[in-house]
Amino acid sequence: MAVSGVSLAASLAPVDQHYLLEARQMQALSFAVHIPLVAFAISFPAMVLFVEWMWLRTGDQLYQTLARRWTRVIVALFAVGVITGTVLSFEMGLLWPNFTGTFGSVFGVGFAIEGFSFFLEAIFIGIYVYGWGRLSPRLHLLSGVPIVITGITGSLTVISVNAWMNHPGGFRLQDGRVTHVDPFKALFANTYLWHELVHMYVAGYIVSGFILAGCYAFARLKGRWGRYERTALAIPLTVAALAAPVQILIGDWAARDVAKAQPTKLAAIEGLYSTTRGAPEHLLGWYTQDRVKYGIEIPHLLSLLAFHSWNAKVQGLSAVPASERPPVNIVRIAFQTMVGVGTLLALIGVVYIAIWIRRRRLPESTWFYRALVACGPLAVVALIAGWVVTEVGRQPWVVYRVMPTSAAVTGASGIPVGYAVLAASYVVVASGLFWVLRRLARAPLDLPSSDPSVDPVPA
Amino acid sequence: MLLQSLPLVFVLMGVALYTVLGGADFGAGLWQLLAGRSARGERIREYAHRSMAPVWEANHVWLIFVLTVFWTAYPEALGSIASTLAVPLFIAALGIICRGAAYAFRAGATSARESGLIDTMFSLSSILTPFALGAAIGGIATDRVPVGNAAGNLFTSWLNPTSILIGVLAVTTSAYLAAVYLAADAARDGSHELELAFRTRALVAALLAGAVAFGGLFIVKADSHRLFHSLLSGRALSGVIASALAGLLALGLVQRRRFEAARYLAAVAVAAIIAGWALARWPTILPGLTVYQAAAGHDTLVWVIACVLVGGAILFPSLALLFRLALTGRFRAAEHAAMDATSHAPSDSRRGLLVRSAIACLIAGFALLNVAEAGWAHAIGVVCLLCFIAIAFRAIIFGALGATATNK
Repeated sequence: MAVSGVSLAASLAPVDQHYLLEARQMQALSFAVHIPLVAFAISFPAMVLFVEWMWLRTGDQLYQTLARRWTRVIVALFAVGVITGTVLSFEMGLLWPNFTGTFGSVFGVGFAIEGFSFFLEAIFIGIYVYGWGRLSPRLHLLSGVPIVITGITGSLTVISVNAWMNHPGGFRLQDGRVTHVDPFKALFANTYLWHELVHMYVAGYIVSGFILAGCYAFARLKGRWGRYERTALAIPLTVAALAAPVQILIGDWAARDVAKAQPTKLAAIEGLYSTTRGAPEHLLGWYTQDRVKYGIEIPHLLSLLAFHSWNAKVQGLSAVPASERPPVNIVRIAFQTMVGVGTLLALIGVVYIAIWIRRRRLPESTWFYRALVACGPLAVVALIAGWVVTEVGRQPWVVYRVMPTSAAVTGASGIPVGYAVLAASYVVVASGLFWVLRRLARAPLDLPSSDPSVDPVPA
Repeated sequence: MLLQSLPLVFVLMGVALYTVLGGADFGAGLWQLLAGRSARGERIREYAHRSMAPVWEANHVWLIFVLTVFWTAYPEALGSIASTLAVPLFIAALGIICRGAAYAFRAGATSARESGLIDTMFSLSSILTPFALGAAIGGIATDRVPVGNAAGNLFTSWLNPTSILIGVLAVTTSAYLAAVYLAADAARDGSHELELAFRTRALVAALLAGAVAFGGLFIVKADSHRLFHSLLSGRALSGVIASALAGLLALGLVQRRRFEAARYLAAVAVAAIIAGWALARWPTILPGLTVYQAAAGHDTLVWVIACVLVGGAILFPSLALLFRLALTGRFRAAEHAAMDATSHAPSDSRRGLLVRSAIACLIAGFALLNVAEAGWAHAIGVVCLLCFIAIAFRAIIFGALGATATNK
């Protein structure tokens, strides 16, 4: 698909949009607000179900209390997820009518399936949330299973569209019109889909795991450290601690796929100007005047990582005209942030697992819990940084090497107004959500008096 | 031909369902706004929230359904509509943000005063969204949305007599649908006072909506003679008449407190007017663009239709289940869990096995995903790594949970 610069059908001709950058920022803002909620939506229900299952298995009221309290968190997070998701689907038409108008027939099926997933998710969240105490315990547990499944199908289909934008196929262009559309080939026979999906899915568990664990670590620092807090910390932390190191291996796979299909993105990630054999990798630093300054150079590492070969040729930014290169520093810094934070999270995870294996207990150092409190927000930063790498690294294309973002944008005026209003409403929504979650966390625990006979498992 | 028109039929059905179900949610917000500060107002607000909370999310996803099917099957038309009607659509999106925020924030409210404050703060959206969406439809109906990227006027396309009329009609219809829904719910709950309160509201809203619709015909005549003419002739006329009859009949049913039947008839009234309008326009979507020209290619249409049919086969039973639980479902089961006293922590030998398999999965995953180059190896490698997480979780978690009982 190496057609650069496309003349589109006259009816949806590209326009001269003065506020293209603002349109992109508005879209980025909408994603950045939505994606952490997605991370929760794909992983948190599974953890709640595990806790509820523990309650069914042991009859220990503590698990029921925990599952019910977490359910209330799901209600708030999902409600906000619904509205931020709706905004995103509006923006497909409001900000990028030419993109949707030209390629809707190619990628739209992905969103149509996602629409159904979202629908079923909403239905079963309704049943699960309001079914507490109204359905038999077993049926209630079962009603949560579709939420987990639709979380997978929903992320699969949305990411299939993103994978298609990065690695387009399944259509032909004739005189600016899209023809020979094969939605299945475009969306699901795309090799790019799988690394993006797995990377995001595992990220979901890391983000929600560390945020939840961070909340209860904070409780510990504040002196609240009953069995409830320890349980609520151990479950998400164990998941995240195992997922974080694995994510490094998955990230390596993703990077090698990017190296093959989007060499310019890789060059931006690494700040590599000239096509080089045995290319080095730079840690930190700043890309300026066609090279990375102040970075720590590790010879041959890039060739080795990207192509598993000491002297592999890595394509540089100079291989494409300057107008077809993404903004290098944004992509590069976002990538280094993601990798740096990811490595840190993996280390914390390994420490937790190692302490468990050697001592059979939770860590005792206050420093560990201080670090955990920081890990939650850091995981969100890494998540968003990762999407910045994918999305900004794809620029200036909305459909990689097929349609430039500038040809996708709306001709309507008033983008800055919309951007400001949306940003203001998201500030209100975010502060409101923060207030709600604090309220929920502070609600009295209402635990039954502890009865040692129903304690689950002696250590 | 059928292939190219069927997705539009799905879209219109989605619009009708969104009008009825999503409309009821917005209407409930409107009644919360108008409930006043008295103790009775408090009860009305609380009831409107409690009735809608389990179903509002599902009710709103109809809009997503409409959007996604529309942009897949008729991309060029959607691009044109969304760009010209960007302002009302953006306002509608803001309204949806507010409506959802109210539900999200309600979860944290501890007193009736707080809940009331939240409801009132966000109830304004209940007017904004139906009005804006109705106004957008008015723009399409009066041919003010041409084909092209923001080719129409950003403001007169939706701020014109017909748009304002349809917007107002959408608000009053939503109020009516909500009142009927809430009255039905209150009747089932045996709450006589609320039932009567919502019944009165339903009757008032119905009369108002009827008056707006009837008076509106003259506005349409003055504003867009073509729309007026097409609505009152040929195929469309039967839709208009059916809609009016169903509306009147529903009104009678509300009067006789047969709310459930009234809801269905109200839905018929909405569907009939939408169908009539679509028939009057057929096969035009936008000026100079027919359904057949706007439709996507063969494979895409087949995929969309297959998705909708398969999705619908899963969706409708689930939706029926939700509504059954939300409406009639007070079948309280005794809340006791199966007391299973057996230990779940794997025995030492079992744990050893789990740990060894986890490590094996990790090594295999690394070798296949990170060392090997072939696609099939990557696929197996990923599965191995995910298995590693699952097995290691199993090996650790029960012990860890046991440790939480003693660990300080």
